[in-house]
Amino acid sequence: METLEQIRDRLVARFPSAQVTLVTNPGAAAEHSLLLDATHAHDLALFLRDDPALRLDYCSNVTGVDWPDKEITDVTKTTVPDPAGGPPKIVESKTTRLQPGYLEAVYHLYSMALKHGPVVIRMRTANRSDAVALPSLTPVWRACDFQEREVYDLYGIIFERHPDLRRILMWDEFKDHPMRKDYVEPDDYEWEPTAHGDVLERAKANAATAENLKGGNLQPEVPQTPEAKP
Amino acid sequence: MNPSQVSGFSPQLSAPAPFGGPAGPTVRQVHDQFHGDLLEVSMGPQHPSTHGVFRMVVTLDGEQIVKLKPVFGYLHRNHEKIAENTTYLASMPYTDRLDYLCSMSTNWAYALAVEKLAGQAVPERAQYLRIIMAELTRLVNHSCLVGFLFNDLGTSFTPLLYAFREREKIIDLFESLSGSRMMCNYQRFGGCRVDPTPEWIAAASALVDNFPRFLDEYEQMLTGNEIMLARTQGIGRLDPAHAVNAGLTGPVLRASGVDYDLRKVDGYGFYPKFDFRVPLGAHGDTYDRYMMRILEMRESVKILQQAFKELPAGPIMDPKAKLRGFRPKAGEAYGRLESPKGELGFYLISDGSPNPYRYRVRPPSLINLTLLEEMCLGHTIADSVVILGSIDIVLGEVDR
Amino acid sequence: MSDAVKKPDPFPAAGNISDAEREDLRRNGILMTSFEELYNWGRTNSIWPLQFGLACCAIEMIAAATARFDIARFGAEIFRPSPRQADLMIVSGTVTNKMAPQVVRLWNQMPEPKYCIAMGACAISGGPFKQGYNVLKGIDRFIPVDIYIPGCPPRPEALLNGLIELQKKMKGEKLTGPDAARFTRADMPSEFPIPAYGAHDLEPPKNDSVWTPPKPEAKA
Repeated sequence: METLEQIRDRLVARFPSAQVTLVTNPGAAAEHSLLLDATHAHDLALFLRDDPALRLDYCSNVTGVDWPDKEITDVTKTTVPDPAGGPPKIVESKTTRLQPGYLEAVYHLYSMALKHGPVVIRMRTANRSDAVALPSLTPVWRACDFQEREVYDLYGIIFERHPDLRRILMWDEFKDHPMRKDYVEPDDYEWEPTAHGDVLERAKANAATAENLKGGNLQPEVPQTPEAKP
Repeated sequence: MNPSQVSGFSPQLSAPAPFGGPAGPTVRQVHDQFHGDLLEVSMGPQHPSTHGVFRMVVTLDGEQIVKLKPVFGYLHRNHEKIAENTTYLASMPYTDRLDYLCSMSTNWAYALAVEKLAGQAVPERAQYLRIIMAELTRLVNHSCLVGFLFNDLGTSFTPLLYAFREREKIIDLFESLSGSRMMCNYQRFGGCRVDPTPEWIAAASALVDNFPRFLDEYEQMLTGNEIMLARTQGIGRLDPAHAVNAGLTGPVLRASGVDYDLRKVDGYGFYPKFDFRVPLGAHGDTYDRYMMRILEMRESVKILQQAFKELPAGPIMDPKAKLRGFRPKAGEAYGRLESPKGELGFYLISDGSPNPYRYRVRPPSLINLTLLEEMCLGHTIADSVVILGSIDIVLGEVDR
Repeated sequence: MSDAVKKPDPFPAAGNISDAEREDLRRNGILMTSFEELYNWGRTNSIWPLQFGLACCAIEMIAAATARFDIARFGAEIFRPSPRQADLMIVSGTVTNKMAPQVVRLWNQMPEPKYCIAMGACAISGGPFKQGYNVLKGIDRFIPVDIYIPGCPPRPEALLNGLIELQKKMKGEKLTGPDAARFTRADMPSEFPIPAYGAHDLEPPKNDSVWTPPKPEAKA
């Protein structure tokens, strides 16, 4: 099979207005992927499926990933001459910027006809709040049908032109998208004799109803983190 | 001629009836005569066909299926969210509970994905042991599936008792090796957890050598049975082009004639060293899917016999494998293998911390259900149960 | 080694005749029993479970019904598909929030006298999946449970042990008197309200009349 760079060059040659970027994967698996833009993703997918050299007729896996907003601190060091005549001082200034987050859909494509693969393609939404639409690839590969419904259910990505986009794992009246990183579960506190992890946090929050952290023998098994002190 | 003149004992039952074609009134024509309604039946989530909490909303025209919508999520146990808060190794027991009939091969799929992510090598003896456990699991799964399929066909319980007899022998072996009948938690990143003793190898080898006799007994009862042939041949046909496009894998796909077995295509583990064939079906109906399981069990016996003969001595864990403080470098990997149900894959994204950033299970059972409606349209509601049984789903995997 | 303090039997047998006297009469050809004992004996030895497997524990429940472990010896091999014909619900497997209303609905459809066994860690308290957003932390939040069988999954022998304990409990049930069994009393509910699907969780998340969270013991 051709390399990912060759596939990208052929895609850009065929669809000049499409933006196809190579995303390198730093780990040991070295499974790099192609980032497709949302407007041309459907046509690019059709090309990948029908091209005689690629024949990627089998979409194996559709995954949603949540990349929340990230605060990045940039440290710049400037040299400031000392007004008193001594050696110049190095002053550090920190600026924080917000790298906006996005939701991502990752597709793993293989070929059953030519028995090669994988070719990994990704699509990213503009942000996590209001621009969460991506084109659905179900008209290209029927295999994406249930999996895109699951990504919609758990992440909130709206797949346009999906034949039947509704929740698949949670009930229809459910409002949240549980796999997002900022999902907060409803507070359902049950007293546990050996509270640990976030149950410990909730135990402290519910300390009025349970006197569980007073008394010698109910020691938590994890060391207390500084911000958790009541 | 009105219906009351047609006697039940008349030899001319296939004569032209008052309405309809030569074979008698069709459902459509009777419907037009009597202006019936469509009936919507919700089959499940609690249902006698023992596949778990699965629900099908079926719209019926008499007994024929006009529309079928599957409903999932009744066993959605948030495995992927829990895995984001747990270390890589602590997620291994949860993978046992995904496809609870085949815990050994699910463990291997997860270990494969993590080893791909971290670039971890596996010693030779461990590779052979993994193949032995996976093929024993295939025997367990396929014989149970045939038992459950015949449960759905109406032979209440008897073939299942025979299948569970064999399953009990194999899971006794698993219990003496790993400590648990079903939730074995046997694979680790870099090898296996426990080294089997020579007695275990001898017992397993004897069991495998005896297995074809059980298959012959099973087939003698079931394969040529005329009721079974009448109820499964031509039922639930699956067209190969549709099957490929819908992402079906495993015996369901191969019953339609598509030659795609990950043991041959990917050649993961030490499978390229083994000599086995991949059975393919010709019609894609329920009978072919049943025969696929029987033939695959025979091939698994061949693989097991080769594996026991060639099992090398050596360590079962890679010496450089890290058990504690396992932090793979940032990156992502997708590892897949041929589980008894189809392609089971794990997609992992690591950000360098002890917990995975994203942990995704590619469930073969869920994706094999994509074409359930197409396979069942036009058949009766009794056939839909048989078709569902032949697809082989386990709800722990469908809903995760 | 004899134990000086006799632990009280949690499920004492009904009736006032001691076993020695009963055995003596039986040897002389006289069978004495009370109506309660006869009634309970009939019910105990023909418990019909509901065919209700949710997850992995269901496979061990099916294994308990196969030839090796043989639940039929206890009279319980008829797994009824319809709740109207069953008198035991073995909740085997994780109960999710999506499935919980159906479980309660099935429980309501079962006629009295009915019993519930929570088999496996997930049915008792949510089990290994307790931190899940869709997992109900134990079926005893909505319906009363008689026997709890821990394990993940419990062996078929453990399920049979639980069944034997249930049989002991049933044998000790009185039909009249102040401590009569639950199913004889009109004031004890036999149908429970079905939770509804809310926007974030079940509404209500638990039924306070059935279960309240355990209070921690105040250690001085």
